[in-house]
Amino acid sequence: MASGESGGSAGDYISHHLVNNTQELVEGSSFWTINADSVFYTILLAVIYLLFFRSVAKKATSGVPSKTQNFVEMILGFVNTQVNDVFTGSSKLVAPMALSIFIWVWLMNFMDLMPIDLIPWLGTLMGIEYMKIVPSTDLNIVFGMSFGVMLLVFYYSFTVKKPTILGYLREFVTHPFAAKGWLGKILLAGPNLFLNLVETLAKPVSLSLRLFGNMYAGELIFILIAVLTVNYTFSDFFTAGGIMVSVMQFILAFVWAVFHILIITLQAYIFMMLSVVYMNMAHETHEDH
Amino acid sequence: MSINATLIIQMLVFFAVIWITMKYIWPVILGAMQEREQKIADGLAAGDRAEKELDRAKAKVDTLIIEAKEQAGQIKDQANQVANKVKDQAKSDALAEKERQLAAAEAEIEQQVNRAREQLRQQVSALAVAGAEKLISKEVDAKKHAQLLDELIAEI
Repeated sequence: MASGESGGSAGDYISHHLVNNTQELVEGSSFWTINADSVFYTILLAVIYLLFFRSVAKKATSGVPSKTQNFVEMILGFVNTQVNDVFTGSSKLVAPMALSIFIWVWLMNFMDLMPIDLIPWLGTLMGIEYMKIVPSTDLNIVFGMSFGVMLLVFYYSFTVKKPTILGYLREFVTHPFAAKGWLGKILLAGPNLFLNLVETLAKPVSLSLRLFGNMYAGELIFILIAVLTVNYTFSDFFTAGGIMVSVMQFILAFVWAVFHILIITLQAYIFMMLSVVYMNMAHETHEDH
Repeated sequence: MSINATLIIQMLVFFAVIWITMKYIWPVILGAMQEREQKIADGLAAGDRAEKELDRAKAKVDTLIIEAKEQAGQIKDQANQVANKVKDQAKSDALAEKERQLAAAEAEIEQQVNRAREQLRQQVSALAVAGAEKLISKEVDAKKHAQLLDELIAEI
């Protein structure tokens, strides 16, 4: 895990690894900028996921499945069980959404296990100075997905539940505190609205920041492990201290990577389950108060 | 690290991925899985049915075997009876034949005896006539006295 560039300080190395490769769409606008590396890898991983699953789906047989189909069916069956356990309504959307999130987020997280400088080093050979290869350590990516989930929740609320818009808005001011008389209703409207707004906002923020925080921290630890030998020249690796540090670095990176396999799977799973839970909450009506 | 247009792109890609999954991946694979489940269920049901039928067939075979054994026993008994009858018949036939032949032989013997007796009687009568001729030295007209002689013979 030695870095390709020598001579820079550890601080430079770390901050270098935490910067996205940005491309401005509109000159001078900080919003109309895209993180080219995140977008590239997120789409690449989406395409890998879709192509792989589509190829299995095309060859899917109800007879004896191939090993690949078996593997895919295992994942599908797992996701299907989880969704059926949590989601009480019936929707053609929720289970595919859960599967997409689970696999896609897992793949994004998996990029964290790639040797930290390998792909960026290949990038420098092609003239790309720096890039972050783990899309889920980019706030834009995680927020993009959690807002996507929230939009689906709203979409689901309006298409499947078919409430009137007025009825939907009324839920904001009549819950969680309900009153019988009109005076109580008016008095409670303010607190209810406040609580509901917080709740509505907290959902996507907690959903995305949980994933982001875990992945960012994991990535940072990989970077810190990599920093151990950041200024080594080739001959440094063959001094007594160099060998010791290298071995330690290898063990640390290995242990953390093994541990991280658990984390990336867990985080992908949590993101999936919370999305399904939010969809289910949209499904449940509050009319029983 | 700031929020920028990447978020919008990611959201759009997110929807696209879900849409493709919903349209082209999930139903296909899940359909295959459910179809297989159905097949397995059908296969198991068919297995159960076949097992039951096998049991029924076995029971039927058992009853058939018992019936066949009974019939075989009956046939054997009948055959034995017929055989005995034939044997008895043959025995009685043989006995009758023996009686018949015995009777024939006895009749033959009787006849022979009678014939021999007749000859003997004739010879005796001839002798008697000859003796009488000699005794009375006078020829007896054989023809005249044939009647008398015959009576004599019959008396002997």
